[in-house]
Amino acid sequence: MVQFFFEVLIGGLLSGVMYSLVALGFVLIYKASGVFNFAQGSLVFFAALTFVGLQEHGFSFGLALLATLVVMVIVGLAIERMVLRPLVNQPPISLFMATIGLSFFIEGLAQLLWGANVRGLDLGLQDEPIQWINDTVGMNISKFDLAAAGIAAVLVTGLGLFFSRTRIGRALRAVADDHQAALAVGIPLQQIWGIVWAVAGFVALVTGMLWGARNGVQFALTFVALKALPVLILGGFESVQGAIVGGLIIGASEKLAEVFLGPYVGGGIEGWFPYVLALLFLLVRPEGLFGEKIIRRI
Amino acid sequence: MLAALAAPKGGGAGGNGPPRGRPKAARAFVSFPRPGATDMLYREAGQFKTTYAADTAMFPILQDRIGFVALLLVAFVAVPILASPYLFSAILIPFLILSLAAIGLNILTGYAGQLSLGAAAFMAVGAFASYNFVLRIPGIPLLLAFAGGGVMAAAVGLVFGLPSLRIRGFYLAVATLAAQFFILWALTKIGWFTNYNASGVITAQQIVILGRAFDTPQEKYLLVLAIVTAMAFAAKNMGRGNIGRQWMAIRDMDVAAEVIGIRPMRAKLLAFAVSSFYCGVAGALFAYAYLGTVEPEAYNLDLSFRILFMIIIGGVGTVLGSFLGSAFIVILPIALNMLVTWLDGTLHLNVASSAASNVELMVFGGLIIFFLIVEPHGLARIWQIAKEKLRLWPFPH
Repeated sequence: MVQFFFEVLIGGLLSGVMYSLVALGFVLIYKASGVFNFAQGSLVFFAALTFVGLQEHGFSFGLALLATLVVMVIVGLAIERMVLRPLVNQPPISLFMATIGLSFFIEGLAQLLWGANVRGLDLGLQDEPIQWINDTVGMNISKFDLAAAGIAAVLVTGLGLFFSRTRIGRALRAVADDHQAALAVGIPLQQIWGIVWAVAGFVALVTGMLWGARNGVQFALTFVALKALPVLILGGFESVQGAIVGGLIIGASEKLAEVFLGPYVGGGIEGWFPYVLALLFLLVRPEGLFGEKIIRRI
Repeated sequence: MLAALAAPKGGGAGGNGPPRGRPKAARAFVSFPRPGATDMLYREAGQFKTTYAADTAMFPILQDRIGFVALLLVAFVAVPILASPYLFSAILIPFLILSLAAIGLNILTGYAGQLSLGAAAFMAVGAFASYNFVLRIPGIPLLLAFAGGGVMAAAVGLVFGLPSLRIRGFYLAVATLAAQFFILWALTKIGWFTNYNASGVITAQQIVILGRAFDTPQEKYLLVLAIVTAMAFAAKNMGRGNIGRQWMAIRDMDVAAEVIGIRPMRAKLLAFAVSSFYCGVAGALFAYAYLGTVEPEAYNLDLSFRILFMIIIGGVGTVLGSFLGSAFIVILPIALNMLVTWLDGTLHLNVASSAASNVELMVFGGLIIFFLIVEPHGLARIWQIAKEKLRLWPFPH
């Protein structure tokens, strides 16, 4: 029983890492431009579909990866230029709606370009239990999940270093803090936003490949955005580490709830349990775990 | 002079929206009667307000009153005579019902400033509550069952509105998704709600009011129109009255509103309750007058988003905007579909149907972005600008 509990827990934690990856894309853009980018799920879908589509056209793995990366960066820059720049200074809800419109557009475009068939994506990783762990402690831990967690860890560390150690990262944090002050000290705002969207495109590519390899490249990939939202509000919109910790909490609690609580209430609670959990959590801490506390005054 | 002073408030679109960028009052003084200006049909010169009642009238300008009565006559008399059954059941009925839902969401998001992504869930509560009222209380009048559905939705809305006392902005928006997913899950999984129907899709009971059955699309249209008109009037007046001003104060700055003596808890929860009531009634109508079935799947997240689109495109914080946005969102897919079919027929492009639906998706998303960029205050604002222009026409200033 205890063993089974831990097996579910670890499985949940590992899938939580996958949620963190999606949430990371949200956090990047929210942090830098205050836009709640609902289209991140569609970007994930678009990236995965483009990668698989290019492979079908005879591109090798590396070449397809590179080409998709270029495409995603271009898409990110185009979004910044054509959607966000004209909407500067609009209320956040308008920007949010624009990104919902954007997600429709990208979903339509992706399927128009590559078709709507469900495709497999092979990363050379098998979704099978690791024999060694199974032998020693008797738990089923998927090789794939572990590798995905490793990739996520590398990505997060890399982004963390990028934001804290590089010149661009510092500029980005300055923009996040205060647009006007950043402009005043000579930071090129729009260039920074372009970079952020390009990086978000890159994160979407990594996420899309991992999720695509696991569940197949299909329209349902766009729903991973919905999985990431409770992660976001739990961790706080502005925090990279919040996305990670939130993802782990949501992933673990969701799987535990489904396995141990689900049978009593008829199952299928995975869909709403994270939201209710995050909601209850917000009642205690309205700005999430690591979100910025906003002081409101008249 | 008085009329000119009051001019910028004119008409159904005016006054209540979020703060506008441009000063309007300064321009209104110009519209004095001028010699030779008899061709100005739309003007308020000479219409003096001599009582307080006239000053607070919903339509202070005579032309607006005439126009509105004409609109009602068209809607209640001409349309039922002229329109085809297809027009009723595919366009007019969903347009009216979704307008009502959009008004509901507008009360919460537009007036009170609480962003919600769960409007469809409250519609589902209204639909299922109405179904169960009719099912379990024999002889209950259907209109009472609809109202009961609205009240149940309001009660559920109150519960999910409680977090709004502590949570703000996008945190709240995501939290309302909890309502969306949880309510639909509960309606699907808990058998009592669906009367233990195996398929989950229940046929709605026949609409019978005072012994008269409403079966044809025409009759359903008139029923929906009557309910929507009455509730839209109520919403418009709530927005103009004390409670509407409280909501707008909370929306604009809740701390300041609290300081001047508005109780945020009461105002916010009332907004959630009233909004959910509207959505609940709309949901019941959606099931009974449009779908003919009661099923959770009809009230998915997609519908919530569409209602949100309606108020953004129509105009946040206006009743008129709810109608305009609803018309836009209901008609756009149909029009796009017809356009693609027509292009296919005339140009022989042989577009695959999947490609056509993808192009539709792209155009839909693109248009939403386009509208947000071109007119962020929505169609209602365009209407308002048009009226201001018309007031001065044919003079430039």
